[in-house]
Amino acid sequence: MADFLLELRCEEIPARMQAGARAELEKLFRREMEAAGVKPGELTVWSTPRRLALIARGLPTETEAVREEAKGPPVGAPDKAVEGFCRKNGVSRDQLEVREVKGRETYFVEKNVAGRPMVRVVQEAIPEVIRSFSWPKSMRWGEASISSGSTRWVRPLSSVVALLDGDVVAVVTDGLASGRLTRGHRFHSEGEIEIGSADDYAATLRNAFVIVDHEERASIIREGAAKAAAEARLTLVEDEGLVVENAGLTEWPVPLLGRFDESYLDVPPEVIQLTARVNQKYFVCEDSAGKLANAFICTANLASNDPAVVVDGNRKVLAARLSDARFFWELDQKKTLEEHAKGLERITFHEKLGTVADKVDRVAKLARWLVEEGIVKDADPDMAEQAARLAKADLVTEMVGEFPELQGLMGGYYARAEGLPDAVADAIRDHYKPVGQGDEVPTSPVTVAVSLADKLDTLFQFFLIKERPTGSKDPFALRRAAIAVGQLLTKNNLRFRFRDLFEFLADVEEHQLPSESQWRQKYDCSFEELIEDGFAPSMDAIHKEKELFTGMLLGVQHARGRDDVVEFLVDRLKVQQREAGVRHDLIDAVVALGGEDDLVRLLARVHALKAFMETEDGTNLLAGYKRAANILKKEDWTASDTRIDGLGEEDPLALAGKPEFDETMRAAQAQGRGDLSYTPEKAEKALIDALDDAAPKAEQAVEEERFEDAMAALATLRAPIDAFFEDVTVNDDDPAKRKARLDLLSRFTRAVGKVADFSRIEG
Amino acid sequence: MILTLHDFWAANGCVILQPYDMRMGAGTFHTATTLRALGPEPWNAAFVQPCRRPTDGRYGENPNRLQHYYQYQVILKPSPADIQELYLDSLKAIGIDPLRHDIRFVEDDWESPTLGAWGLGWEVWCDGMEVTQFTYFQQMGGFDCKPVAGELTYGLERLAMYIQGVDNVYELAFNQHGVSYGEVFLENEKQMSKWNFEVADTDGLFDLFAKAEAECRNALENDVPIAAYEQAVEASHVFNLLQARGVISVQERASYMGRVRDLARGSCEKYAEQMAERWQAQYPEWSLV
Repeated sequence: MADFLLELRCEEIPARMQAGARAELEKLFRREMEAAGVKPGELTVWSTPRRLALIARGLPTETEAVREEAKGPPVGAPDKAVEGFCRKNGVSRDQLEVREVKGRETYFVEKNVAGRPMVRVVQEAIPEVIRSFSWPKSMRWGEASISSGSTRWVRPLSSVVALLDGDVVAVVTDGLASGRLTRGHRFHSEGEIEIGSADDYAATLRNAFVIVDHEERASIIREGAAKAAAEARLTLVEDEGLVVENAGLTEWPVPLLGRFDESYLDVPPEVIQLTARVNQKYFVCEDSAGKLANAFICTANLASNDPAVVVDGNRKVLAARLSDARFFWELDQKKTLEEHAKGLERITFHEKLGTVADKVDRVAKLARWLVEEGIVKDADPDMAEQAARLAKADLVTEMVGEFPELQGLMGGYYARAEGLPDAVADAIRDHYKPVGQGDEVPTSPVTVAVSLADKLDTLFQFFLIKERPTGSKDPFALRRAAIAVGQLLTKNNLRFRFRDLFEFLADVEEHQLPSESQWRQKYDCSFEELIEDGFAPSMDAIHKEKELFTGMLLGVQHARGRDDVVEFLVDRLKVQQREAGVRHDLIDAVVALGGEDDLVRLLARVHALKAFMETEDGTNLLAGYKRAANILKKEDWTASDTRIDGLGEEDPLALAGKPEFDETMRAAQAQGRGDLSYTPEKAEKALIDALDDAAPKAEQAVEEERFEDAMAALATLRAPIDAFFEDVTVNDDDPAKRKARLDLLSRFTRAVGKVADFSRIEG
Repeated sequence: MILTLHDFWAANGCVILQPYDMRMGAGTFHTATTLRALGPEPWNAAFVQPCRRPTDGRYGENPNRLQHYYQYQVILKPSPADIQELYLDSLKAIGIDPLRHDIRFVEDDWESPTLGAWGLGWEVWCDGMEVTQFTYFQQMGGFDCKPVAGELTYGLERLAMYIQGVDNVYELAFNQHGVSYGEVFLENEKQMSKWNFEVADTDGLFDLFAKAEAECRNALENDVPIAAYEQAVEASHVFNLLQARGVISVQERASYMGRVRDLARGSCEKYAEQMAERWQAQYPEWSLV
């Protein structure tokens, strides 16, 4: 048994990449070993900022001998081919065997492959591991980089230590020769140090001030930081991400506590914590009352011969950052949010969509509408409008300019500071939520109104100007907005028809009719299209009655935008539901009914259908439906009650209201309903009765949005349809019976189809 | 300090250059960095570059943020294997003891969409303060750097603050005869911050931007890419001023940056294409793309 050590030393590896690099090293090493027929036992993988190390214990000293066979050319192939095959396998022609493969005589060779010494195996593995290593970002360096094919690594690779049972495994990669020499801590250790074997690796490095085990470093930081806080009678604000990051930034971590000027505590704690964490990787502490304390903990990468200097240096940096933050905090409060909001007029939201102030105006009207229409309940419309008007104001504040991730939060602080109601301040703070799937979904009514209005406006406006996501490109995060809309609606059970909403949005727009050139620029479509689409007879007509036709074009455009947005929302909903375990075909089955633009209702229907399809009645009914649909399709059958004969009109609705039409319809329907010219068989009669009972019940239930009841009504059809197929011959010799039975099946499929389009369901 | 760095890098084979005489946001814009990073020839240079970052102005009220400051820049092509050690030796030369101070290489990749350039590297921390930007250029002007150059950018004021042990940049001693940094620059910072943020005529700036853009194209059409590059640098600075005046939105920002990038990249491309034949003759193993 042999122990193997590999150390790849390079210049500082970014902390965030180290966990991935350890996994990659282990994966690639295993892959190489397995390819050589070696089962590596337990592997230990460590990382520091300057090295990746792998220790494999208990490797065999050589690989097992195996018997391999190789298939060659067929008998009768040109001599060249046969000789080539022999040469490749190191055998002479008389050692070849002949076997039959698919009726052809073919040469085979069988050979014993002797076990290979482990040192050869790792010798081949190392360059392969380095070559195929995948980093999130990698680079070229040095003289070799004159060619673009030079080795890539996360930062320049400095040395390779490869030892098998203490002996150097000699490899050369891109001019870098392996050996047993490495380096210790950058400053605490000088020159090269010698590694004896895998066994003394960690200890040798420890003597050179490198703790190679990243987990040990993490616990030193975790415990050291907590201890430093405790000594100052404070509590560490735990931050495991920060622990891991600091462990990735140090080889010899030393947590040190420092203090900053108490006066900075006037600044919101989130700002202080963010400044300390993001910019400086410092921990923060709380006092016994749970309030942020004027202390920070930095993690030095050495045992400085003067730690106070290190702490003081870090204090200065933090002080400068906090000074900046306080400067912004005070400066921003010299104006009210309303005054800040005026600055939004100077900021373009999108070159075709006007300024952020324009957007705010639309969102404010929409937020008010959502409340006044009772879509968002229990909110004060004035508050919703006010919150919406102020929600984006913090974008022009200095603080958010500096820390964009504080958008919303700062607006909330400033709103409270100037004494605005809590509901308004909360709405300003939280109106960006939910951001992404895991985020908290707002439920406070004013917040919901503003958040929803903001996202709907974004979607609608970008769709109008045909800026919709394609493939991986979604520069305006419209997918996220759509998902957020879905989450807001379902979480808060908000009901409205998108049609009404878009009519309102279009009204808001139409206050200023654009000129043709503005129009062309914004919507990227022209008056010509109006003519092409048959809305206007000629350009002359358009110019004469400009207002009318521009309005019409606007309407066309809005209708297109609306349909696209609803389709997009439904698509996002599908993705979201699929992730939640709802089959997409079930969603399709409901969407395919068309006309549904109330997402909450759509989802309720999908969920009822899902529950139904999980029952035995559901699956059997589906089977019955498919069978019926297949027969109808095969017969190319159009049911009598939908086929209106003898009116001589292409469009039957043209006659609606005329007496002859009504009469014909009545006759047709009577026929379909089963006023039969013969005595039906028992099962046939049973199905007719069941349909008479279930069809109106299901329809009524759907209308009243009792989708479970609709499904239950359908369930009563299951036994009759099964029995019908069992006992009744559809294709009877008697044409009257055949016709009646096909009509019956058609009626069955249509009744079922009113609840969901079962033809879309798989199974 | 500058003299010490000059001595150090001259002894290590660098040519010592003077600042570029244009307003620019970083030493990287100096042609000794951008244009010289292209092509196969070895190139080692060191120089001081005054930098203007209008949005960093704090009216002289922040202890270490300035809208005008100095960078010391070293460019080493190809990047030597011991570049980190060389750099640390240079810190020792100016009096920073790495056993006393906590020196760290913290990931900070560099990307200048404006220059069509990117590189990987670090910001070097001294007791938590960023004192140097350390970058291995991978691409410049849209071309792969072959070979890769190592770029070191020292923040001179920050380093001086460490060495002199002062908390506020304006308290730095500018010489040994009692002249402080504040005496030299404080009034300048106040007035320039005000101008950058409040006063500069935005219509005039938009106009200036358009003119630089047009002149850059003119220079490119007439095959003088170095002159075109200067106009790109000008446009880039005017864009920064417009940003400081807060008249460019997030969405527009991308479009303006795209325009500056087109100019800078166009200039680099033209320069590289012009030089490619000569480079290839000298270095047969090299190719532009």
